[in-house]
Amino acid sequence: MPCDRTGSRRLSSARRQWEDEVLNKALRRFSESREQFRTISDLPVDRLYDPTHVEQVDYVDDIGFPGQYPFTRGVQPTMYRGRPWTMRQYAGFASAEESNQRYRYLLSQGQTGLSVAFDLPTQVGYDSDHPMAQGEVGRVGVAIDSVDDVSVLFNEIPLDKVTTSMTINAPAAVLLAMYVAVAEKQGVDPAKLGGTIQNDILKEYAARGTYIFPPHPSMRLVTDVFAYCSENLPLWNTISISGYHIREAGSTAVQEVAFTLANGIAYVQAAMERGLDVDRFAPRLSFFFNSHIDFLEEVAKFRAARRLWARIMRERFKAKNPRSWMLRFHTQTAGSSLTAQQADNNVVRVAYQALAAVLGGTQSLHTNSRDEALALPTEASARLALRTQQVLAHETGVTHTIDPLGGSYYIERLTTDIEEAALAYIERIDGLGGAPQAIEKGFIQREIQESAYRYQQKVEREEEKVVGVNCLVTEEEPPTDLLRVDPKMTARQHARLEQLRKARDNDAVMRCLESVSAAAQSEDNLIPYMVDAVTVGATLGEICGVLREVFGEYQSQVTL
Amino acid sequence: MKNKIRVLIAKPGLDGHDRGALVVARALRDAGMEVIYTGLRQSPESIAETALQEDVHVVGLSSLSGAHGHLFPAVVQEMKKRGLEDVLVIGGGVVPQEDIDDLRAQGVRRIFTPGSSMRQIVEYIESEVEPS
Repeated sequence: MPCDRTGSRRLSSARRQWEDEVLNKALRRFSESREQFRTISDLPVDRLYDPTHVEQVDYVDDIGFPGQYPFTRGVQPTMYRGRPWTMRQYAGFASAEESNQRYRYLLSQGQTGLSVAFDLPTQVGYDSDHPMAQGEVGRVGVAIDSVDDVSVLFNEIPLDKVTTSMTINAPAAVLLAMYVAVAEKQGVDPAKLGGTIQNDILKEYAARGTYIFPPHPSMRLVTDVFAYCSENLPLWNTISISGYHIREAGSTAVQEVAFTLANGIAYVQAAMERGLDVDRFAPRLSFFFNSHIDFLEEVAKFRAARRLWARIMRERFKAKNPRSWMLRFHTQTAGSSLTAQQADNNVVRVAYQALAAVLGGTQSLHTNSRDEALALPTEASARLALRTQQVLAHETGVTHTIDPLGGSYYIERLTTDIEEAALAYIERIDGLGGAPQAIEKGFIQREIQESAYRYQQKVEREEEKVVGVNCLVTEEEPPTDLLRVDPKMTARQHARLEQLRKARDNDAVMRCLESVSAAAQSEDNLIPYMVDAVTVGATLGEICGVLREVFGEYQSQVTL
Repeated sequence: MKNKIRVLIAKPGLDGHDRGALVVARALRDAGMEVIYTGLRQSPESIAETALQEDVHVVGLSSLSGAHGHLFPAVVQEMKKRGLEDVLVIGGGVVPQEDIDDLRAQGVRRIFTPGSSMRQIVEYIESEVEPS
């Protein structure tokens, strides 16, 4: 936002005068509480921002208008004046029945989209009765073994009326196949299905840990989903390129943007190398960010990510369709910022984080529950978390004007600083050969670990304060009303599997699994074969087992 | 010269959250201990086997998936089978208070829940272990 030279001279001299006559006098009487102020991500923060801090920022080129390149102010021209963000609470536990009940409850309470949490055996492609599944069935999400479970999961939820987000990565293609099969069973045309599949394998190697196959065949599965959806599920978001887990693993805000967009670049390149037209698949790419506790840094982060992605898509990949330039994103508040101590304080943390996401222009939002540092949320905590964003949407008025913090000297300067720092990281990653190579070399993992350790040291030195943990500590009784997953649930899931294996046409299952295996060894798109296999009752573990045989399994190198 | 305390930090089960395990591993190393990290997705058998091979004084288990009630005691059992009764087993993760007593009764001597400091963990290990 340049001002003319005379204006700039007047401003500088006014600032100097203020410093001499007002500020320094005050500082001589009362020093500030610390010598240096920094964001939680370690970016320096000045005392006061004024127009000189944004002289390099051009309004039209760098900030612009909502719904228009470079989308700094938002991806839609009317933002929340048109309609609020989608309220999408990540949920799932125990079996499909319990999770279905929770979804219907959340929808009855005004939630506007579904988000499925799968248990770990499902996420790493094991059936519930696999030895490695012991103790994990139904714990962090719902246990899914076959299309029958998915059918129960969406019982009385018409799939043409809701949009569903599924947090599933290594076996994403299989779960998508199951979802399509259930839609067909409900009589819903797949072309009408709206939703998102996470399908972001690169961050699994770097931060989240639920990989199965090595990177190369994994990237092929990702692009199979892109290609299949562009033909059959035109309204489906084919990937949710996720910074959330990178941040949870301990990265800074800049690293979250940089590593996420670097992964995004790798997916775009992989799809283009498979001959897909960028303007056909790029409009269906979506993103997922964390909303952490440093409020203003987060608002700037979302704006910076949006601008940087628009520039990458237009300038680097020469995309022509404006929809290809748009970074549309889901946000979840920061689980790692929640504390087991004084758990009710988490409600307050979540509210601030939700506000940051909204002022940053999110398209959908999950607000965490107060008890998540202790267990999965109870129904009462999940409702309070949903109410937190409903109050934000309906009562606070922050939705009435677009990007209300845009134009703040600090926010604009920080937006630019984060964009530049993230771009510098992306250039380093390009220098290593791109995100997959940077992950293979352990570069991204090391950078995240380093930040996580540095942050923890700051907490221990009390340079970062955490209320109830390293300051304002109180004695308290441990909470008792936590959600417990019924321990008998695992046995029920085993019985259901046994029943399925008896009842289905096992010859048809064998034939379908052989077809999946043959397709995996060819260049064919795997998903139609998977749809056939799940329809005759092949399980997730069986399909992933076949793929494990063809593709092998990824072994992470341990770096300490 | 005093021998170093040897610690195995392990991730049993399928949980992929290793931020805590890695931060603790590094803090123990910075406190002068020798630290081995198993990486993700270890079975109780393989953890006990590594503890035996590496001749450790301490096994630190981490799980944030709610599977601690099954997996931590399973590791203790496997260690017993290998004669490792004198190795200190501790754990960390999202573990509700009411599970902690059960885990102690089954041989997991201490659970560090979210918010525990690195200093507390270091001091606890140093007070419990006399390296041989």
